[in-house]
Amino acid sequence: MSPRNTRPRKGAFFLLLTLVALVASGCARGKLPQDTLSPVGPEAIKLDHLFKPVFAVAVVVFVLVNTLIITCIVRFRAKSDDDAPVQVHGNAKLEIGWTVVPAAILLVIGVFTVFSVLDVNKRASGSDVLTVKVVGHQWWWEYDYPDLGITTANELHIPTGRMVQLEMTSADVIHSFWPPKLAGKLDVVPGRVNYMKLSATEPGDFSGQCAEYCGLSHANMRLRVIADSPSDFDAWVANQQKPSVPPTGDATVDDAVAGSELFVARGCSGCHTINGLAGAAGKVGPNLTHLQTRSHFAGAIFPLDEKSLRRWLRDPPGMKPMNPDNGQGMPNLGLSEADITKLIAYLETLK
Amino acid sequence: MATVLERPDASPTPSSATDVPLLKRPRSLDGFWGWLTTVDHKRIGILYGGTSLIFFLLGGFEALLIRTQLAQPDNHLLSADAYNQVFTMHGTTMIFLVVMPLSAAFFNYLTPLMIGARDVAFPRLNALSYWIFLMGGLFLYSSFLLGGAPDGGWFGYAPNTSITFSPGHNIDFWVFGLQILGIASTVGAVNLITTVLNLRAPGMTLMRMPIFVWMTLVANFLLLFAMPVITVALFLLMFDRQFGANFFNPGMGGDPVLWQHLFWLFGHPEVYILILPAMGIVSEILPVFSRKPLFGYPVMVFSGIAIGFMGWGVWAHHMFAVGLGPVAVSAFSISTMFIAVPTGVKIFNWIGTMWGGSLRFRTPMLFAIGFIAMFTIGGLSGVTHSISPHDRQQTDTYYIVAHFHYVLFGGSMFGLMGGFYYWWPKVFGYMLSEKIGRWHFWTWLIGFNLAFAPMHWMGLQGMPRRIYTYPKDLGLSLPNLVSTIGAFTIAVSTLIFITNIVTSHRKKTPAPNDPWDARTLEWTIPSPTPHYNFAEVPIVHSVDDFWHRKYTEDENGRLVALPKPPTEASTGGLSDTEESGHGIHLPSPSFYPLIVAVGFPIIAYSMIYKIYPVAVIGGLVMLAGFYGWTLEPSAEPEPEHHAVEEPAELVAAAAVPALEAGNEPAAEPPAEEGGDQ
Repeated sequence: MSPRNTRPRKGAFFLLLTLVALVASGCARGKLPQDTLSPVGPEAIKLDHLFKPVFAVAVVVFVLVNTLIITCIVRFRAKSDDDAPVQVHGNAKLEIGWTVVPAAILLVIGVFTVFSVLDVNKRASGSDVLTVKVVGHQWWWEYDYPDLGITTANELHIPTGRMVQLEMTSADVIHSFWPPKLAGKLDVVPGRVNYMKLSATEPGDFSGQCAEYCGLSHANMRLRVIADSPSDFDAWVANQQKPSVPPTGDATVDDAVAGSELFVARGCSGCHTINGLAGAAGKVGPNLTHLQTRSHFAGAIFPLDEKSLRRWLRDPPGMKPMNPDNGQGMPNLGLSEADITKLIAYLETLK
Repeated sequence: MATVLERPDASPTPSSATDVPLLKRPRSLDGFWGWLTTVDHKRIGILYGGTSLIFFLLGGFEALLIRTQLAQPDNHLLSADAYNQVFTMHGTTMIFLVVMPLSAAFFNYLTPLMIGARDVAFPRLNALSYWIFLMGGLFLYSSFLLGGAPDGGWFGYAPNTSITFSPGHNIDFWVFGLQILGIASTVGAVNLITTVLNLRAPGMTLMRMPIFVWMTLVANFLLLFAMPVITVALFLLMFDRQFGANFFNPGMGGDPVLWQHLFWLFGHPEVYILILPAMGIVSEILPVFSRKPLFGYPVMVFSGIAIGFMGWGVWAHHMFAVGLGPVAVSAFSISTMFIAVPTGVKIFNWIGTMWGGSLRFRTPMLFAIGFIAMFTIGGLSGVTHSISPHDRQQTDTYYIVAHFHYVLFGGSMFGLMGGFYYWWPKVFGYMLSEKIGRWHFWTWLIGFNLAFAPMHWMGLQGMPRRIYTYPKDLGLSLPNLVSTIGAFTIAVSTLIFITNIVTSHRKKTPAPNDPWDARTLEWTIPSPTPHYNFAEVPIVHSVDDFWHRKYTEDENGRLVALPKPPTEASTGGLSDTEESGHGIHLPSPSFYPLIVAVGFPIIAYSMIYKIYPVAVIGGLVMLAGFYGWTLEPSAEPEPEHHAVEEPAELVAAAAVPALEAGNEPAAEPPAEEGGDQ
């Protein structure tokens, strides 16, 4: 029951240890792909300019409060059990002070916040604006460029220097579209359309992912935004607008030809559209017309190569958790290795 | 007045338990049946505390599974499905089965003691509230054995929770489990509000109530109004899932965003339901261990009330990324900023309480100071969420996970742990070890910061919540590993706490009535609290009444000890109270609350499995319970009637529920006449 029954040095040592560990974990900072603190797109930079000053104010308040606490601990430690401190019951001036001052600080922050809210919510206007319809699906992203007649998936191409207006909705549950370095997230809600501005000043490949819990494979619903220079973008558009040309020849010799036939015969076409391939107009899964122009597939999680495609076609729900029995995701079609080889040969023609 | 509402002998038919013996009234206060049929607020408090600590271990185990899974990228310890169940149940458990009932444990045990009452207003309703809570918890956990636990997140967003996207029974367990738990909370809230408003000892005006009682009152008003909102939401979801309604189905004109409004209109007041009790506990501990009164008692009261009111106007800050439009988003940004003001006032007033005091760093005080420091971090990160445009970078990331763990763990759990150490001697009559307590505190503090501080970083570096795995490319493997180490440190710390309970229980260092030199009424009575609480109902003259019986101030405001009054024994001496306690007539134990509670899970199971006749059986069980309850007097008349022999002070104290001696308002009509046919 001694009043000196804690050892401040020991406590300080542990606190220091905690701090060191925290700093160490913080030092993992390189240029991380989804870093919100080093934004690149103008929309994200605006948000950052709001956040950092507020964060600084928060740090100042934190330091102030903890300095006061530590001062109390050091200065007002009991000397004996019979100490007779002055019985202060309160102090109206001080209390009014620490009500009014934080309120005033918050009022200032509030004014900037409201202006920022209005700005973020304003829709992009002008003849130069590129409109893209974004549709969230369990568990991949669909992008339609209505003015360009392009439908693609997971990897969103935008031209640098142009404002892009996303019109976003969902085909099933709520998802949230989030490319952290370019913009803050916005939910896609079935039955509603949300509008989000997106722009990039320099070319780049920006990683993002679904941020609203959307069921089984929420973790595997990633996305990429690829900002192309205007000329690269135009080239990309020109290629995307072309329908695919089905390979021709002898199906018994040419795997790609056999694959294109299997694509319809095994029912792939029931879910996937391939422009130019007769009978392949399904709308359930991603449009595969220019599959090979994407770097990743299946919700932008697997690199698009022969090895991954083979694993995928053997057992999609085994590779990425899905629930095809309930219409959520791609089922295992029970394809033979030979069929898989042929299908991949065909898919590799989809440039 | 409680006795009137509860008492069947106000009805025209003279009746007693002997007329309609559905079940023989339990007589024993001890042993297994004694606990099962208890209506004593202290035992119910202990049951609440013990049960929620067990759920804390379960929820903690789920947390360890989550952190082990995320310790490294692309880990496959848990499947996506298992992970989704575990994180849903971790959140649901910690909120509904740990922090809420732990707070309820303190409400139940302490409120009557702190206001000088012998029980709560409705002792059997109190038991009912506990048993329904237990049934709800067991029901929810039975899902693990019956095909899979809920997997829609603790927030259960539509339409992911609809039958279309979640066809299994997982979500059904959540829908029915939370409805059952909501009934428990509502019943408890009614009881505690009535207790605080009606049963205070003579002289205890509202502004003389201990601050913990004030925070109890505010939190229970929040519960009373918030639980119906979630119940409505769950009811609609139940209709969608069970009976093909379309409230949240956009395909049929329903709106999934409606669910979010309903959920967060409950969910944000819920946050204050979780934190206000801990704020109350800390506000009790700090003055005692600083030997100074609470700085600005009225401001602390009103800031608590302000938080309670403003808590209703901030819910949409959970929805800044939903696309509500600029007006709603601006309004909720501003309201969210300004709820920080009363919270900040509390923090500065706590520091003001310590400032200039004589600080004794006993374990409760360590946890209370830890609370202030950690909760401040949670509060400040909360302010950074209120700048709504940037919240679209923060929301649904680990930055939010960090924030609310600093509020609910760094806040609520630190406060509640402080409460355990502080009131343990009063409840069990022996002290918890200070030495182990300090180990517990420091490992708790370090583990907590290791686990949750890196999450701020992880969130701002783009790691979303609720993901069962993450790629190495995200570059967050190290902070995730640190966080996992922290989680296991908290687990070790919890083991230290359990060790403390076990070894202290063996050692049983007897606790004096007033081991901490405390300020409030519960410390005037023996430890552990006698069955009847107060031998004599205290008369209250000021806030911190007990303190002012021990101390006064000199002309400079310095503390001066008063000579110990010769009659001190009468407020706590054992021989005297045993004698006085003999004549005190307390509510009798009852089977019926337990029977009523058992009906709820029966109905819920039958609804889930669509075996409706079983629901009828469940309904009949409840009906039988209510029937027996209604016809049973709240307290059995004792063989020799005491009313006339009771000391005058006891009769005068309308505060005591079990005193049957004709002190009900004369105008009160019998229940039968009051109702329309």
